[in-house]
Amino acid sequence: MDFFFDFAAEAPKLLQLLVGVVVFLAFVGLMLLLLDRAPMKERSWGHSLLLLGPALVLLAIGLVVPGIRTTLLSFMSGDSSQFVGLDNYIWMFTQPESITVLRNTLIWVLLVPSLVTAIGLVYAVVVDKSRFESIAKSLVFLPMAISFVGAGIIWRFVYAYRPEDANQIGLLNQFVVWLGGEPQQWLQSAPTNTLFLIVVMVWIQAGFATVVLSAAIKGIPAEIVEAARLDGASPLQMFFRVTLPSIRPALVVVLVTQSIGTLKLFDIVRTMTGGQFDTSVIANEMYNQAFRYGEAGKGAALAVFLFVLVTPIVVYQIRSLRQRREA
Amino acid sequence: MTTIAPSVARTQPKTAAGRVRKRLSGRVASLIAVVIALLWTTPTFGLFLSSFRPEDDIKQTGWWTFFSNPQLTLENYREVLFGSSSSSGRLASFLINSVVITIPSVLFPLALATFAAYALSWTRFRGRDWVYIGIFALQVVPLQMALVPLLSFFSQGVEVFGITLMPAWNLEGSGQFIQVWFAHTCFALPLGVFLIHNFMSELPGELMEAARVDGATHGTILRKVVLPLVAPALAAFGIFQFLWVWNDLLVALIFSGGTAETAPMTVRLAQMAGTRGNEWQRLTSGAFVSMIIPLIVFLSMQRYFVRGLLAGSVKG
Repeated sequence: MDFFFDFAAEAPKLLQLLVGVVVFLAFVGLMLLLLDRAPMKERSWGHSLLLLGPALVLLAIGLVVPGIRTTLLSFMSGDSSQFVGLDNYIWMFTQPESITVLRNTLIWVLLVPSLVTAIGLVYAVVVDKSRFESIAKSLVFLPMAISFVGAGIIWRFVYAYRPEDANQIGLLNQFVVWLGGEPQQWLQSAPTNTLFLIVVMVWIQAGFATVVLSAAIKGIPAEIVEAARLDGASPLQMFFRVTLPSIRPALVVVLVTQSIGTLKLFDIVRTMTGGQFDTSVIANEMYNQAFRYGEAGKGAALAVFLFVLVTPIVVYQIRSLRQRREA
Repeated sequence: MTTIAPSVARTQPKTAAGRVRKRLSGRVASLIAVVIALLWTTPTFGLFLSSFRPEDDIKQTGWWTFFSNPQLTLENYREVLFGSSSSSGRLASFLINSVVITIPSVLFPLALATFAAYALSWTRFRGRDWVYIGIFALQVVPLQMALVPLLSFFSQGVEVFGITLMPAWNLEGSGQFIQVWFAHTCFALPLGVFLIHNFMSELPGELMEAARVDGATHGTILRKVVLPLVAPALAAFGIFQFLWVWNDLLVALIFSGGTAETAPMTVRLAQMAGTRGNEWQRLTSGAFVSMIIPLIVFLSMQRYFVRGLLAGSVKG
C-alpha cells in the first residue's frame, strides 16, 4: 500500500483559513475602534446600529430574503420560469411517492420526541442519586457528539445483513440467528425500515433528554419530596404525583426541541438508505427535488410546508418567552 | 455533568414488606439502567473494535468473535487516511477541510452574536424588544428554506429589476470555503444571539452604570466588563456550534462542492457509505477518524456544554 498525501495540495486551504480569520479579526478590531470613538450618550442609535448591523445584514441575506424567495419559488415551475399556482402543493398532497414522504415524516415526528422523552426520563430517574450517576449519564450523552453520518454508519453495521449460510457480521441479525430466526434485510423492507432509522435518532438524542430532565429532577424542592415521603407515597406515586408535575416545563422543552429537530432531519436517512425503500422524509425529498432532479418548485413547496409545520411550535416558544420576560 | 451526587441519607422503611419492596424496586431500577447503558454503548464499541480488525476478519466474522480470535491492525486507518487508490477514503485531505471549515464557522457567529447580544441587552433604542423577538423567531425558518436562494446569491449575485446590485462571487477552489463559512454564520446567528443574550441581560445593571460613570465607552465595557463575565456562555455556544458544524452534512453538501478540495469528512463518509456500503474496513475506521476530535472536545468541555444547553432550554 502506497502512501498518498500531497502537502502542496493542502497549503492553499490553510492559507485561505489564515486569510479568512485575519480579515475577520481586522473587521472586529475596526468595529471596536469605531465604538470607542463614538461619544457615549444615553440613547444613541449609532452604537446599537454598529453592534447589531453585521448580524442583521447576515440574517437578512441568509434567512429572511431566502425564506421569502423560497416561498415565491414554490409557486413556480421546476426551472422557475413560469407561474404554476398551487401545482407544486397539489403534487405534494396527491402523488403516491410524496404522500409516502409525508407519512414517514409524520411517523418520525410522532415517535422520536415521545420515545426520546420517555427513555430520557426513565434513565434520569433510575440513575438519579446512584453511585455511578455521572458516568452513567455520560455514556448515554456521548452519542450527542457523534455526527448523524457517523451514527448512521454505526447502526448500518448493527443492521448489516449476510445470507443465512454465512457468518453474520451485524449484531442484530446475529441475535436473530441465535434465537433460531432467519437474518433480515432490516433497512429494505418497508414500512418497518423507517422504525429502524428512528432507532438511530432516538439513540443520538436520548442523552439530551436525560441531561435536561435530570437537572430538572434535581431542582425539585427537597421539602416537597420529604413531605410526600412522610405521607407514605410509594415510588410510583412519587413519580406520577410529585416528579412528573414538577418537571413539566423541562418535559415541554425536550418535546418541543425534539419535534423541531425531527421535522428537519436529513442526514440519517441520507446516509443509511438515501431515501430508497420508501424511507424518504420531507428534508431528504426536498434535497432530491431541488438539487438532484432540478425541480426547484417542488423542493421549495416541500420547504415551505416544513416551515408551516415548525411555525406553531416556535410561536408557542415565543409566547412563553414573552410571558417570562414580563413576569 | 454534575459531580457525583452526595449520598443522601435515605430513611429506611420500617416494615419488612417495605424493605423488600424497596430493594426490589432498587433492583429493577439498576437493571433498567444497565440495559439502557449497554444498548447505548455496544454499537459504538462494536464499530470501534472492528476498525482495528483485519479486512478479511471484519467482512467474514462478527466483531464479537474477536474475543476468541484476537487480531489487531492499524492498516485500516492507514488506508482510509492516506490510501493511494481512488476507492480508499483519502480522508486526511477531508479532515483538513473539516478543520478549515469549522474554525471560522465557530469564530464568526460567536463574535457577531456577542456584539448583537450586547446591543440588545445594554444599549437603549426604540423597538429593541421587537428586534430581539424577531431574531429569536428566525429560528422558525428551516435551513431547507434558505438553501436554494442562498446558493443562487453566491452563484448569480443580486439583481433587482435588471440592475446588478452585487456581482456573482465566482468562488473556485479553496475560495469555496468562504461560502460555507458565510452560510454557517448566517444559520447560527438566531440561536447564538438568543443564548448569549440570555446570559448577558442578567448581569447586574449597576456594573455597567459604574463603568459608564467612570467614562468607559461601550467598546471598553464590552471588552473589560462583559466578556469575562459571559465567558461560560460563549464557551457553551462555541462548543454547540463546533459540534454542529463539524457534524453537518446538508450545508456542506450544497455549499462546498463534493471534492477533496473543499468538502468536509461528513460528505466523504456519506459518499463512502453510499457507493462502497460494504467496505467495512474503511467505513469503520473512517467513522472513527471523524468522531475522535468532537469526542475529545466534548468530553473535555462537557460541563460548559451542559450548562449552555440547560440555560438555552430550561431557562428559556
